[in-house]
Amino acid sequence: MTASISVSYAECSARERLARLVDTGSFHEWLPPSERVTSPHLAQLGVPSAFDDGVAVGRAMLAGRPVFVAAQEGEFMGGGVGEVHGAKLVGLLQRALRDQPDAVLVLAESGGVRLHEANAGLIAVSEVMRALLDVRAAGIPVVVLIGGANGCFGGMGIVARCADWVVMSDMGRLAMSGPEVIEASHGVDEFDARDRALVWRTTGGKHRWLSGDCDVLVEDDVAAFRAAAIAALDASAPVTLERLEGEHALLATRLRLLPDAVDGDEAMALWTRLGVADAARVPDLDVAAVRVLRTS
Amino acid sequence: MSNIPPGLETLDYSFPGHRQAGAFAPVLVGVVGSGNLEVLLEPASGTQCDIHIETSARGFGAIWEAVVRDFHQRHPLAGVQVSVNDMGATPAVVSLRLDQAVSELAP
Repeated sequence: MTASISVSYAECSARERLARLVDTGSFHEWLPPSERVTSPHLAQLGVPSAFDDGVAVGRAMLAGRPVFVAAQEGEFMGGGVGEVHGAKLVGLLQRALRDQPDAVLVLAESGGVRLHEANAGLIAVSEVMRALLDVRAAGIPVVVLIGGANGCFGGMGIVARCADWVVMSDMGRLAMSGPEVIEASHGVDEFDARDRALVWRTTGGKHRWLSGDCDVLVEDDVAAFRAAAIAALDASAPVTLERLEGEHALLATRLRLLPDAVDGDEAMALWTRLGVADAARVPDLDVAAVRVLRTS
Repeated sequence: MSNIPPGLETLDYSFPGHRQAGAFAPVLVGVVGSGNLEVLLEPASGTQCDIHIETSARGFGAIWEAVVRDFHQRHPLAGVQVSVNDMGATPAVVSLRLDQAVSELAP
């Protein structure tokens, strides 16, 4: 009927993404909204709670295989991780250790720690990282999907890079400090957070693909994310000394690629030095054209 | 200076309904984002339609009452608990979300 019409992943809510990403009707939610497991902090600050504290967790089937899934709602507190939100993610990951699904999918959309909840949020994010690494070490792939309008920043940016496999669309963004944070701390001369082209050149999916920080670059389309998630079901990459040293070598090489002073745009200069021909074209290219530009 | 204290405002309304909703799985629509709201419909015993609202926009009780009264005239549901978390949605958005939730109920 409407199966062939592309649905924007970025424009979907967390629950719409979940429903379309896994096998139809297979999502079974734990701690659903009717359980009202909500933030104990927000009401004291005069901020409304969400019945699911901004994240849906549960089990589902993906191409007929059992998976655990979590989806963060970026429109609620920017996807910020509060105490309950974080505990739901940790519980999901710890249950994965017990029940051994084929994979854990995290549909991440978050500005990081929910500042309203301060230390409780910070601790929650660190517990998510620890639980995620335990699952990864057990050989169960953790796949992070990034394509929401709010990106994946702060603590959730670190969580994403702790995972086995990262899928991004060109709309998606992945970084530690968000644009406004960099501008606030280092000044507008260092980073103009209102310059959207600059923001996407330095944090967007194309940049992360070219620099090797994500494993797949897809179109902003729920079906494309579903296909990439299915392909990642066997992408387990346990943390080994060899893998860590390889990662360190990659980062050290990248750090040396750029001179201290760059003439012109730094992101394009980095792409050029990574071996991308005619790097200035990258922002105008479509996803398929950028996909073939990666050199390593 | 406003004399409205900070914090959430909680509002409760109850209407006698005559369209029995029966048993159904809870329905959630909308998101608690700026200018938006989430609506949760759950089955309840009795013949009332109970509406519980938590909103960050204080001092609009009269408008809420008019909006939910209109809603109940359109959908005189019985045996339903409606729960709302609101972050400053306009009356039109609230009405649309309530109707959206009811439309998910329809068999």
